[in-house]
Amino acid sequence: MIMSDEHALSQHFEIRGGDFSNAGKVSTTIKEILQEIGIDPAIIIRTSIAVYEAEMNVVMYARKGMLTLNITPEEIHLKLDDQGPGIKNIDLAMQEGFSTATHEMREMGFGAGLGLPNIKKNADRFLIASIPGKGTLVELTFFLNRDGKE
Amino acid sequence: MNQYYHSLKIDQERCNGRMKCMRVCPTQAIRVRDGKALFIEERCIDCGECITVCPHNAIIPLTDPFGELTKFRHTVALPSPGLHAQFGKEILPNKILTGLKNLGFDDAYDLSLTCGEVSFAIQEYLSEYNGPRPLISIACPTVVRLIQVKYPSLIEQLIPIDTPREVAARELKKKKSKHLGLKETEIGIFYLTPCPAKMISIKQPAEKGRSYLDGAISIADIYGPLLAALEEVEKKSSRKDLEDICILGMGWAMSGGICRTLRLKNSLAVSGINDIIKVFNDIERGKLRNIDFIEAYSCSQGCVGGSLTVENVYISYNKILKLIETLEFEQIKACPDVREVRKRYKQKYFFIDGKFEPRPLKPLDKDLAKAIKKRREKEEIYASLPKIDCGVCGAPTCMTFAEDVVMGEAEVTDCIFQLPSKVAELSLELSKLLDSTASLTPVRSDSGEAKKPKD
Repeated sequence: MIMSDEHALSQHFEIRGGDFSNAGKVSTTIKEILQEIGIDPAIIIRTSIAVYEAEMNVVMYARKGMLTLNITPEEIHLKLDDQGPGIKNIDLAMQEGFSTATHEMREMGFGAGLGLPNIKKNADRFLIASIPGKGTLVELTFFLNRDGKE
Repeated sequence: MNQYYHSLKIDQERCNGRMKCMRVCPTQAIRVRDGKALFIEERCIDCGECITVCPHNAIIPLTDPFGELTKFRHTVALPSPGLHAQFGKEILPNKILTGLKNLGFDDAYDLSLTCGEVSFAIQEYLSEYNGPRPLISIACPTVVRLIQVKYPSLIEQLIPIDTPREVAARELKKKKSKHLGLKETEIGIFYLTPCPAKMISIKQPAEKGRSYLDGAISIADIYGPLLAALEEVEKKSSRKDLEDICILGMGWAMSGGICRTLRLKNSLAVSGINDIIKVFNDIERGKLRNIDFIEAYSCSQGCVGGSLTVENVYISYNKILKLIETLEFEQIKACPDVREVRKRYKQKYFFIDGKFEPRPLKPLDKDLAKAIKKRREKEEIYASLPKIDCGVCGAPTCMTFAEDVVMGEAEVTDCIFQLPSKVAELSLELSKLLDSTASLTPVRSDSGEAKKPKD
């Protein structure tokens, strides 16, 4: 879907839970979009890492998720809305090293408990809300015209 | 635009627009216009995939002809270990070196010992390094270009230790000029190359430094004459030449050869451009931080799979393994002196002259707002395309075609699937036009009403 505002780009991406073979494709596509429109490489790196972690969270824990990318000349905004188990204790989940990953996931190199902290670290603005048993909503913003963070 | 040197040229006469090159190109650098293939220089990374796939040999690698030798007063052949992979244990390296001298080179130098030294230097660098991992080998010029163009975020992870061919050429120039009393410019050092990509690293080094090599001659070009010259080489050609062959370094011809010499816990050997792209995507997402070193070759199985080699890649891979076994059996155990390497490493002997810089592709527009708008247009155009990547428009995929349209390099109607709808649109317009002209027919000035056509 494409928004009507002519200087904004909006795209939706569906992420399926448990689909490890396609995991990472959304973040690669987003990286390519950012490269094409000439975003500063340093911002692309931060965005790619954050999107990848967010994408992996859906693949590992949720049933499915919808990622919405919005780009304006001022900022990159990402909203990831998933249907899944949600997070019982967000403060705990934000701690480095905390993970609910299964043994199998860890075997595959995931679930080091760095996901959410890493997303927060890389984004300029980070919002998270969750209803246990229903799902999680993560919103990320990356500013394009400022040097430092918010 | 001649900003970038490339080691490939398309022979417009031979090309008949079969599009095989366009489809195989990993960076979508080829378009077919008016039935002929052409390069987008900015996108090409000189991998040579197109050379192998062209049914008409219309893509010509720009390596040096043998005649280049006459420009120098003293010439040295520097064969890639890939050359030995063509012959294996049947013709040992000492015989090949003699054969090269019989062909007209004043001297021939085997690279394997330098390869071994560079392996140790890389080991030193790895042990000191504290930045983001994994570190990536620069042995393959195509991989370096791929990173400059598509993965600028990985530039810092390229190992700034020069390649054995450059280290050896620099040393040879210095020694020979002293020994022979010649200027360094009078000494021509020629790399015998398994791929055209080495040519770009000579003519336009990625780190913007200088190359100590004076040219590159294709293994495919030299194979025939060398085979003939080898017949004249006596069976018992000097074993002394064999003493300097380092079996550790010989492994550089194939994927995994460097990893094996480094004795690292976590290293990875990757070959084939599409597999490299997958691995680089993973690195960029921060997935492979536990890997220390990556050895990546654009050609399948490493340099043995180069587009300018003669032997089948699997055969030559095997031949190198057998050669190493044979040399081991023959007690050829030349090995670089680790202490000497460490000493020279500290003196910065192995480091590249310049620095690698990113070379990102031009964005859709310099102005961000305009670029966003163009990206949207691209998305809209793409949505209207069949998405079957038929290539008839002259672009490899519908997505690249949409980009070409946005950039003004193609018309939407170049898409064969847009043609019927365009015709339909035109005929609709035409019939509307006919209708409207019909309704405009004779208007009587006194009634003020248009006369309706009877039928």
